[in-house]
Amino acid sequence: MALEINGNSYETDEEGYLTNLSDWNDELANEMAKADGAVLDENHWEVINFLRDYYEEYQIAPAVRVLTKAVGKKLGKDKGTSKYLYELFPYGPAKQACKYAGLPKPTGCV
Amino acid sequence: MAKKFLYINRKAPHGTVYALESLEVVLIAAAFEQDVSLAFIDDGVYQLMRNQDTSQIGVKNFTPTYRALGDYEVNKIYVERESLEARGLSQDDLMPLTWEDEDEDWAEKDSIHVISSQEMADILEQQDVILNF
Amino acid sequence: MSILHIVNKSPYERNSFDSCLRMAKKGAGLLLIEDGIYAAQDSGDAHGNLKTATDRLTVYALQPDVIARGMNDKIDAAVTLIDYDGFVKLTTEYDNVQSWL
Repeated sequence: MALEINGNSYETDEEGYLTNLSDWNDELANEMAKADGAVLDENHWEVINFLRDYYEEYQIAPAVRVLTKAVGKKLGKDKGTSKYLYELFPYGPAKQACKYAGLPKPTGCV
Repeated sequence: MAKKFLYINRKAPHGTVYALESLEVVLIAAAFEQDVSLAFIDDGVYQLMRNQDTSQIGVKNFTPTYRALGDYEVNKIYVERESLEARGLSQDDLMPLTWEDEDEDWAEKDSIHVISSQEMADILEQQDVILNF
Repeated sequence: MSILHIVNKSPYERNSFDSCLRMAKKGAGLLLIEDGIYAAQDSGDAHGNLKTATDRLTVYALQPDVIARGMNDKIDAAVTLIDYDGFVKLTTEYDNVQSWL
């Protein structure tokens, strides 16, 4: 599969996750969100950027439980809840946010 | 009810896919909040060497992921001393792995425990499930 | 007739390194690649056999495999580190190549 944005083509898997991590950019994230009927605000970006940093350091996308705890520690306790994260990313924080962040689907994600 | 799972790693990294497969299965089990321990025996101890850099052999470097195990509350990582010594290695040659104890204001603690074969035998006996890689 | 022997298995897991040493003649080449590079270590139980090898043979190790395994500080000084170009060159310099799989 491929994602067409402004005349450029980006390869994705059958679920819409980017094949090449290095293809990612802000605009791509916004377009992926638009396709899901969502608009990314600064709270979304906070989580997306957190995920990209986590991947850079550990070479994995964290599971939801790990993400929730780590977000709470880094961005504040009120944000480290699954309620907060599911409100931002109703399709599942790890799954949906990872997709917009250009990361592979988290290991152990169901 | 969480069961006690022990993952035994006895293969060197990169030459075969065992080390990576084990790590992925461990992360999945840990995401389901099972009680997970890891054992590194024989050539498995090479998996934890510091400063592994696979950029020249064209495979993904999965070794930074060992450092995420603490986030998954996988903090019982047992390394057999006899295996280290047979390879002329000590704990200083291994990457430091830590976890943060929520009950003690996120105090950072070591996850790696270098233990004897005898102590490893005791660990084996305490498990509900043992998986081998 | 001079042979380049190649070993790609850890000396602690398989006997390829030992078998190779029994059958490699003085003056032959020995190239350690993949998990075989653990045989090039400057310490450990396999080091006695490495000494036997470096006394009789020219021993090489593939540096990209060494770096991948975090072993660059632990390779015996009697072992020559080579890159992929060096690997190709070696195979042309010897009359034949024997891989102890």
